Amino acid sequence: MSKWIDVCNVNDLQQNSGVCALVEGKQVAIFYMADNSIYAINNYDPFGKVHVLSRGMIGDIKGEPMVSSPLYKQHFSLKTGVCFEDENVNVASYGVRIQGDRVEVNLNGAAK
Amino acid sequence: MSNKRTLVVIGNGMVGQNFLVSLMASDIKDKYDVITFCEEPLPAYDRVHLSEYFSGKSAAELSLVEDGFFENNGITIYLADKATIIDRANKTVFSEQGKVIAYDKLVLATGSNAFIPPIPGKDRENCIAYRTIDDLDAMKEAAKTSKVGAVVGGGLLGLEAAKALQDLDLVTHVVQFGPRLMSAQLDDGGAGLLKQKIEELGVSVLIDKNTIKIVDGDVCKHKMMFSDGTELETDLILYSAGIRPRDDLAALCGLKIANRGGVIIDDHCLTSDEDIYAIGECASWNDQTFGLVAPGYAMARTVVNQLAGGDAFFTGADMSTKLKLNGVDVASIGDPHASAPGSLVYTYQNGVQGIYKRLVVSKDNKLLLGAVLVGDASGYPILSQYYLNAIDLPSNPDSLILPARSDASVGLGPDALPASAQICSCFDVTKGAICSSIEGGCTTLGGLKSDTKAGTGCGGCVPLLKSVLDCELEKAGFEVNTDICEHFSYTRQDLYNLVMVEEIKTFKELLTRHGAGSGCEICKQTIGSILASHWNEYVLKEDHLGLQDTNDTFLANMQKDGTYSVVPRMTGGEVTPEGLIAIGQIAKKYGLYTKVTGGQRVDMFGARVDQLPLIWQELIDAGFESGHAYGKSLRTVKSCVGSTWCRYGIDDSVGLAVELENRYKGLRSPHKIKFAVSGCTRECAEAQSKDIGIIAVEGGWNLYVCGNGGMKPRHGDLFATNLDKTTLIKYIDRVLTFYIQTANRMQRTSVWMENMEGGLDYLKSVVIDDKLAICQQLESQMQRVVDTYQCEWKTTIADESKVKRFRHFVNSDKHDENIIFVEERGQVRPANIEERELLKAEIA
Repeated sequence: MSKWIDVCNVNDLQQNSGVCALVEGKQVAIFYMADNSIYAINNYDPFGKVHVLSRGMIGDIKGEPMVSSPLYKQHFSLKTGVCFEDENVNVASYGVRIQGDRVEVNLNGAAK
Repeated sequence: MSNKRTLVVIGNGMVGQNFLVSLMASDIKDKYDVITFCEEPLPAYDRVHLSEYFSGKSAAELSLVEDGFFENNGITIYLADKATIIDRANKTVFSEQGKVIAYDKLVLATGSNAFIPPIPGKDRENCIAYRTIDDLDAMKEAAKTSKVGAVVGGGLLGLEAAKALQDLDLVTHVVQFGPRLMSAQLDDGGAGLLKQKIEELGVSVLIDKNTIKIVDGDVCKHKMMFSDGTELETDLILYSAGIRPRDDLAALCGLKIANRGGVIIDDHCLTSDEDIYAIGECASWNDQTFGLVAPGYAMARTVVNQLAGGDAFFTGADMSTKLKLNGVDVASIGDPHASAPGSLVYTYQNGVQGIYKRLVVSKDNKLLLGAVLVGDASGYPILSQYYLNAIDLPSNPDSLILPARSDASVGLGPDALPASAQICSCFDVTKGAICSSIEGGCTTLGGLKSDTKAGTGCGGCVPLLKSVLDCELEKAGFEVNTDICEHFSYTRQDLYNLVMVEEIKTFKELLTRHGAGSGCEICKQTIGSILASHWNEYVLKEDHLGLQDTNDTFLANMQKDGTYSVVPRMTGGEVTPEGLIAIGQIAKKYGLYTKVTGGQRVDMFGARVDQLPLIWQELIDAGFESGHAYGKSLRTVKSCVGSTWCRYGIDDSVGLAVELENRYKGLRSPHKIKFAVSGCTRECAEAQSKDIGIIAVEGGWNLYVCGNGGMKPRHGDLFATNLDKTTLIKYIDRVLTFYIQTANRMQRTSVWMENMEGGLDYLKSVVIDDKLAICQQLESQMQRVVDTYQCEWKTTIADESKVKRFRHFVNSDKHDENIIFVEERGQVRPANIEERELLKAEIA
């Protein structure tokens, strides 16, 4: 079932950076890119085994939007959650959108 | 029914398999149903490296067959089944297991047998041929009850077998019938040195030994009796005295057989039956058989070409070989015996290093006919190119084997090779093929190997392959890529200059003007650092926030559990009792772990991100400011207590340290910077291990630069002596700014110095003599940074919108419940994973 859950105001986001939201008990890292696109993946860093991905730096690798883990610097695709360094490792990716001035997350949402 | 024709390949050894691989890579792969017989239970494996079976390689690792090769290519393989009859009239093959297969074309790749000399007693227990993996297993079994082993045969394979015996911990002997080891490939000089080297490795080598019979031993299982009356006791005997082509199947069906053995083939590798080819060791071409894989592979390629309707010929094969025998380099090229009339010989012998080299050249001194290299085979790739491509020798051919002396480097650059030059003889890859792969975008050795297969056989051509690659890349104008990342084709220094010259103040502006894409953590941090160094704006300003690593973003150091540590500045390591009390109270209140750092201050660990602004509010109220422990920036100026208290102090090291730390605090740089000041030459502050080190002497201050502790310690260089404080600060301003403007990303001053052309003298000429006329700029740049200092924490907590970012959840006041501490030695520490699970389970 596709369900969009209201999370925060757009002003709570910081462009070029990430924030973490608590959505139905899940830690969701939301990234607001320089081009106004927005992505959501799970906040858990499978390498460092702690919830910190929202605090990583973002950018792209060959055009694919990514976040770099703040702990050990592995890169994860913001579209799919797959780790660039080891394709067998991935974090969940979620649907996220901006409706008016609100940010909404869909935990069942397909990755972009 | 398929309308394909049927091709039967008898034998799945190295050459048979190579044939199948070549066939499947060709255009005609779909024209044939392919059936192959393999009498061994395992498909093709690497017989050349058989001895590695004993040094740990498994049968699977020796396999030459990729997983799924037969299935994916639709090839039927009958393992452990042997073709026994070829009915040429009805074009049918019969096997031992009762298979009856009609063929259109047949390829014989039956290989060879180990030659076992007809010695009475040769079939005694634990007397084994050295040829197959089954043989090796038998040998392993026999070795269990043996102490001594002997190899009959001192050729290539015999010496490999000797290594295998040594690997099985047996006392090892090599028994050679003739006067020298590797008699086909080496001359007396080379063989003599090889014998000496092999003996040094603990293998005894007996030459000129004709075994006349093998009988019961007195001490060991067997006694080998030699014609000269001597004898050798051994428990295990391995035969490796050469090979005999397996031509019995061919002979049985009436194919022509050479007098010296082997199925006779023509230049097309066709036997006397126009539908039957023979390749590899079972074939005899021009009355010659070939016991190496490269000629077999060449025959395999010829047959694939023939089947495809081509007109390729087998034209004989280069029998050159290079190998490492028990760690000894040995190579042989062409005819090492100088059998051609009038041929000339050059020899180089180095008894000290154990090197022997021999060149055989034509009587006009122009062409290389053969060579022997023992002890140092590094010249093999070049020499074999001279030989294979008949390239004119230099006027002094001996320069090719003499050791390089200062000015005399006579090499054959890969550039001199024609495109037709064969670089890899195992897979027949020419220089032309390698160059076109490079032109096609292949720029790495690994890429070339998978693209062309060159270097993936015996590996002997890899050095040459590499030099062809390097040469071609250089010609194509490639350089070592110094771009910081895919988004900016610039070095850090280039970027700094762009920022400075074009007065660029944001990442966005620089990216728009000079970059591509949206950036990554490498370029963002680098440019964030450059902008901070040069303009010294607040790092959490909207434009800069996304450029900071998590430590800079939250102005604290992230630890392994996602919490942060907090370090207030204590200039020069000086702290008041009130300050200490405040820190103690704050740490206690927030449950932080405290530890004194190597930089003479107190670190507080275990702060959650949401606690950071609260903690800092209290620290600032108590008079502290940010310690910049999180930044690539000035960290601390360590000091000893100095002349104020110390009986030996010459000057006030603490006073100077405080002044310097206050001057340079907040300075962002390519990497962290540490200072220290010692009050006398006892050097209690360890200033010589710092980026900037200062030691008080009678005449003033001595300045050391570019020292480092840590992973790669480096003593600082004494830069200037007896300085007054004004000059000292002027020099430090200049050195640091020059470092910030020219160093690479994440390069400490020590590495910066080591990579600086001209080194210390150059740095002195820039900083002291103002050789580049930039000192004024360097100083004014530093002064701007000094004048615009701000405590980042003070700025941050005064701005509500910034404080808002220090929440774990943007939509909840909850904390990250996965942060769990346990107690150790009276303080907290992060729970490890097991403890975390346990505690979470208890709570739930």
